[in-house]
Amino acid sequence: MLQGWVIALTSFGYLGLLFAIAYYADKRADAGRSLIANPYIYALSLAVYATAWTFYGSVGRAASDGVGFLPIYIGPTLMIALWWLVMRKVLRISKANRITSLADFIASRYGKSALLGGVVTVIAVVGILPYISLQLKAVSNSFTIVLQYPEIVMPAKVGAIPILQDTALWAALILAAFTILFGTRHLYSAEHHEGMVAAIAFESLVKLLAFLAVGVFVTYGIYDGFADVFSRAAADAALQPLLTPLEGVAGGYANWVWLTVLSMLAIMFLPRQFQVTVIENTDERHLNKAIWLFPLYMLAINIFVLPIAFGGRLHFPDGLVDADTFVLTLPMAEKQELLALLVFIGGLSAATGMVIVETIALSTMVCNDLVMPVLLRMRSLRLNERADLTGLLLGIRRGSILLILLLGFLYFRLAGEAYALVSIGLISFAAVAQFAPAALGGIFWKDGTRRGALAGLAAGFVVWFYTLLLPALARSGWLPLGLLENGPFGIELLKPLELFGLSGLDQITHAMLWSMLANLGMYVVVSLLDTPSAEEHRQASLFVDVFKGAGDAPGARFWRGTASATDLHNLLTRFLGAEAADDAFRGYAMRKGISWPAQPLPADAEFVHHVETQLAGAIGAASARIMVASAVKEEALTVEEVRKILDEASQVVMYSHRLEQKSRELEAASAELRAANERLQELDRMKDDFVSTVSHELRTPLTSIRAFAEILLANPEVELTQRKQFVGIIVKETERLTRLINQVLDLAKLESGSAEWHVTQVDMRELVDDVLAGMSQVFTEKGIEVVAHLPVRVAPVGADLDRVIQVLLNLLSNAVKFCGPAQGRIEVTLETVGDWVRVDVRDNGPGIARSDQRVIFEKFRQAGDTLTDKPQGTGLGLPISRQIVEYLGGRLWVESRLGSGACFSFTLPVSRQAA
Amino acid sequence: MGDGERKGQRMVALCMLGCVLFNFPVLALFNVPGTLLGVPLLYAYIFLAWALLIALMAWVVERRE
Repeated sequence: MLQGWVIALTSFGYLGLLFAIAYYADKRADAGRSLIANPYIYALSLAVYATAWTFYGSVGRAASDGVGFLPIYIGPTLMIALWWLVMRKVLRISKANRITSLADFIASRYGKSALLGGVVTVIAVVGILPYISLQLKAVSNSFTIVLQYPEIVMPAKVGAIPILQDTALWAALILAAFTILFGTRHLYSAEHHEGMVAAIAFESLVKLLAFLAVGVFVTYGIYDGFADVFSRAAADAALQPLLTPLEGVAGGYANWVWLTVLSMLAIMFLPRQFQVTVIENTDERHLNKAIWLFPLYMLAINIFVLPIAFGGRLHFPDGLVDADTFVLTLPMAEKQELLALLVFIGGLSAATGMVIVETIALSTMVCNDLVMPVLLRMRSLRLNERADLTGLLLGIRRGSILLILLLGFLYFRLAGEAYALVSIGLISFAAVAQFAPAALGGIFWKDGTRRGALAGLAAGFVVWFYTLLLPALARSGWLPLGLLENGPFGIELLKPLELFGLSGLDQITHAMLWSMLANLGMYVVVSLLDTPSAEEHRQASLFVDVFKGAGDAPGARFWRGTASATDLHNLLTRFLGAEAADDAFRGYAMRKGISWPAQPLPADAEFVHHVETQLAGAIGAASARIMVASAVKEEALTVEEVRKILDEASQVVMYSHRLEQKSRELEAASAELRAANERLQELDRMKDDFVSTVSHELRTPLTSIRAFAEILLANPEVELTQRKQFVGIIVKETERLTRLINQVLDLAKLESGSAEWHVTQVDMRELVDDVLAGMSQVFTEKGIEVVAHLPVRVAPVGADLDRVIQVLLNLLSNAVKFCGPAQGRIEVTLETVGDWVRVDVRDNGPGIARSDQRVIFEKFRQAGDTLTDKPQGTGLGLPISRQIVEYLGGRLWVESRLGSGACFSFTLPVSRQAA
Repeated sequence: MGDGERKGQRMVALCMLGCVLFNFPVLALFNVPGTLLGVPLLYAYIFLAWALLIALMAWVVERRE
């Protein structure tokens, strides 16, 4: 079934399907229901990175050196990890400035320089030609091979066929027609090609599925899984070295690393990648998903490369079949016609996807940054007076698409034969890598200048041309081979493949090393020696500080002059058409709250800037600059003025930062103040409570003293016994009063920290003994049994002897107070626990409820109901004791259950000196 | 921006991790004869490390702080 007409029909059918998808997506976009505004489509569209190179070439590369195909995909994965930092910035800048292409981006950064834009365009076009020729080669080869089915015949040498019979020419022409239909049906605002993106995303799916289908077929259909393919390869002497491929190859790791670096740069600066990643991006947030989905895509499309490569070499051991065609020839050899057709379509998707996006991106560059600036400068053409230039713009783009594809074909005829697919593609990678210093430097380094970028680009491009493109032409017989072998004019040092005697590296590594050195070196050195112009200054600050920018149009700050809204409207109409111009005006007026066209628009700096950005979206920054400058009267700003504006702006930003910081500090301070105030109020309340409690406690004994004293005063004839009793009460109450006042003073001293402490070495055993002996009278009076568990010796503690006695006395007298009246029993235990000496005083009284266990340590608080139970004691003993113990570095606490007594314990630290 | 900055730093760290995983000394460790489930060691390592890196990138970038 693989006759020529079937294949041709399928191919055209497929292209038609793509067109239908694009048409539908464009219609949806016009209706405001964008098909591509989701992160999955975005991620799939990035996969335009996988071209015929990936589809056919990876297997070819793997078949010859094993791992060499992988850095091309691992590099981008590493770069994409940096996208969060880099690409978000590029996206933000591009949206703010309505960037239309990579050349526009670089030109715009360096003062909207038309010259720089032109240079970037030339480098991009020349650099990409090999890449386009690779796609043409892959399409025409796969077509020729499929056509020979069931025979497997390699295509004849290029030169052997007359040009008109060369399928590559027809492929080029058909693709050109298709791309022109596709991408230049009308002028897109800001170069959003929604239809194209939808079609590309679809193509990405097709090529992935096709490749996976072949992979599964080869791995599981022809062979018996991965292990089988690899074990057969291991048994083959010719293939065995490919299993540990980094070994024998000279500079194996260096090549690997350089290929990785090269592809890291390529994923950023290939014109088509810049197009889909930056220009076609509809929402910055889509980047999040793409950051991992796109690497995942690359991983998936590479999984079966090795089995196909090894399978192919095992299947065609004689080496007559080109490894670049294994993907196609394996299914053909196995008589899988449908699969072969699917592969052909997959390869076609990969190639057409690349060609469409690449040529659209390049044609935009050629039109906006090469042709238009020149035409606009040629006054004899009187372009300024033409009413509608949209036709001209479209014409230039269509012409350049055709031209680029024909040039690609020319390169294919000239040099396409000498290299495998991957090697051809790498030449283009090395070319676009030259954009890295100017572009990356441009968004992070303000001092990079226009002349620096120009010098760097030119130097890098020249070295690239000399070390990569010349050898390619020489090997194809268009230049004398002696140039490679002996150097130009026999100067060995200048041999293109071993420049300055550097040998032992592969061609790409060698070229990258020298070109990057020249490029980066010139960029930095010239930039540092150069003084930038006013325009460069402001663009540099707009790019580098894009995240710091304040307001809608920071660019407007830099403009001064007079303009008329009518002139500007005419200008927009000429380039965008009347409808788009009206839209742009209406949008701006709406933002400003003016009902245009009833009311006039003020032609101020911001408005002129708005018009220029709109225009830049169609014809690029450099051309837009020229056009706006011709339509309005401008006053040129000097470097000094731009610097001043920048300084002012950065000062404003700095001031507002400082203000924010100050207000944050103020907030923090006021929060602290509030907290302090609350604390003060709390303390105040506590003081009031304390004073009222103390007064109350003082009044009780005073009242009774006064009452008895008054009785005695009023009744002198009171009996002696009764008088004695009354005086006894008065004395007791006075004692209580004194005790209370002493304790209040004591507590006040302790709390204010003005108490005097005499810390000495205290032997606790002796102390406990003494205190118990001193109280023995009390115990016998009350009939309390005292049991003491005292070890022979405990380590001495560092403490104030009198204070500790005070604590112990307090605990013991509490215990006495609360002991059972009949069989009172107090246990005193002394022990050493680690670094602590611990004293327990246990009574067999009523115990303390859990809820009261904390309360009793507060001032004037006692367990139980103080209203019904007459307070026994002042309620200050325990708080004082706790203060003392804590001051000495110990702890005082109680363990108790209602009904089973209480155990007060305290610890004191063992003296350091003794230990 | 605080959030974004942390994310950015994590992504840079991942890029560095990738640079180490796919570079000379580490790669050389696996560039030896031997297989993992029938797949030559070097290839098995590269694809597994690659998948791991992608998983980590997804985790970092999709995580809500």
